[in-house]
Amino acid sequence: MSSAHFRYVLRLGDNALVLGQRLSEWCGHSPFLEEDIAMANTALDHIGRARMLLSHASAIEGKGRDEDALAYLRDEREFGNFLICELPNGDYAFTLVRQYLLDVYHQLLFEALRASADEELAAIAAKAVKEAAYHARRSGDWVLRFGDGTDESQARAQAALDALWSYTGELFTPDAVDDAMQAAGIAPDLAQLGARWRQIVEAHLVAATLNVPPDDWQADGGREGLHTEHMGRLLAEMQFVQRAYPGLDW
Amino acid sequence: MSTPVALDADAVRALLEDVRDPEIPILTIDDLGVLRDVAVDDDGSVTVVITPTYSGCPAMQTIADDIRAALAEAHCTQVRIETRLAPAWTTDWLSAAAREKLLEVGIAPPLEATSDKRVLGGHPRGVACPRCRSGDTELVSEFGSTACKALYRCRSCLEPFDYFKCL
Repeated sequence: MSSAHFRYVLRLGDNALVLGQRLSEWCGHSPFLEEDIAMANTALDHIGRARMLLSHASAIEGKGRDEDALAYLRDEREFGNFLICELPNGDYAFTLVRQYLLDVYHQLLFEALRASADEELAAIAAKAVKEAAYHARRSGDWVLRFGDGTDESQARAQAALDALWSYTGELFTPDAVDDAMQAAGIAPDLAQLGARWRQIVEAHLVAATLNVPPDDWQADGGREGLHTEHMGRLLAEMQFVQRAYPGLDW
Repeated sequence: MSTPVALDADAVRALLEDVRDPEIPILTIDDLGVLRDVAVDDDGSVTVVITPTYSGCPAMQTIADDIRAALAEAHCTQVRIETRLAPAWTTDWLSAAAREKLLEVGIAPPLEATSDKRVLGGHPRGVACPRCRSGDTELVSEFGSTACKALYRCRSCLEPFDYFKCL
């Protein structure tokens, strides 16, 4: 039970950390200044969320590995984030369509986690849900603008959606950890969450004149540490300083 | 050598009156509602409870350091700083004085509760320009110069301004 608990909170932290790392890659490269600031702010919210979740995971584990050790000193196979978080940013449409799909997921997840039997997790969720709602407003706005924009922006948003859709199944397919956490009253029912997510996302995609892709093959494996070829490079960059200068602090 | 002085909670609060938000230095941490609690133990050690405005607020470390520094000036060095997440910080905790100070430096304070029922139908609520007070303003970006602000522009006086977002 406590190892499933650790793993559950760790995975939430890994999603926030890896997505935050990806978003931060836009810093200095976004199409215009306001968006650059928005992207960096959103990245910061995710990294802040990761810090709270990894610190909590560290306390549950109780082995003295703090948030930094968990972030910088684990290898690829030990990371439990969803594959969708680690995919390269692609173009701006890809980044923001992914962000929208995940922002709505996080908003619903944290809303539900406010009632978690894990009080610390409930407190983190109460904090994060407000930010997730704010993020979803911005990314949702971009999905509308791209989808219902020019032929070029529409085609790019549709291509992004088609490429991302088969990475969304993982979000709502419970594994043994999710089942144990739901039984303990710590995690919500993923089937219910998934139905809500679909309702909201599909209505928004239709409003953005985008086609909801068919439900065929779905990628899986992130939670068990089986990552895409992109994960290693992301970690190499994120962990470089701690690997080159172990224990460095400033 | 100076001897440690036993302080009570009010004295500690008084010492913290000048600890400011490093990103919006016109506001103290008390104005902002970041300072949640102060307690002094029997042995004279002090616990200060703070809460982050945003999960990723980069100012929290500086605020914690500034609290230690302010208390060290009064020879109070047995200090524990606790971060409390629940209840989550909300802009409702900004004091009335804080809202005034924000306006003075050209930052529109967060909107307060309204009895205007049109908002229920999704009608957008206007943010008044902190300079000319015109309600004819537009959102430029949901994110501004710091995590807690959005960027607006006034259509009357044409000036851009920061809006302290409701959270």
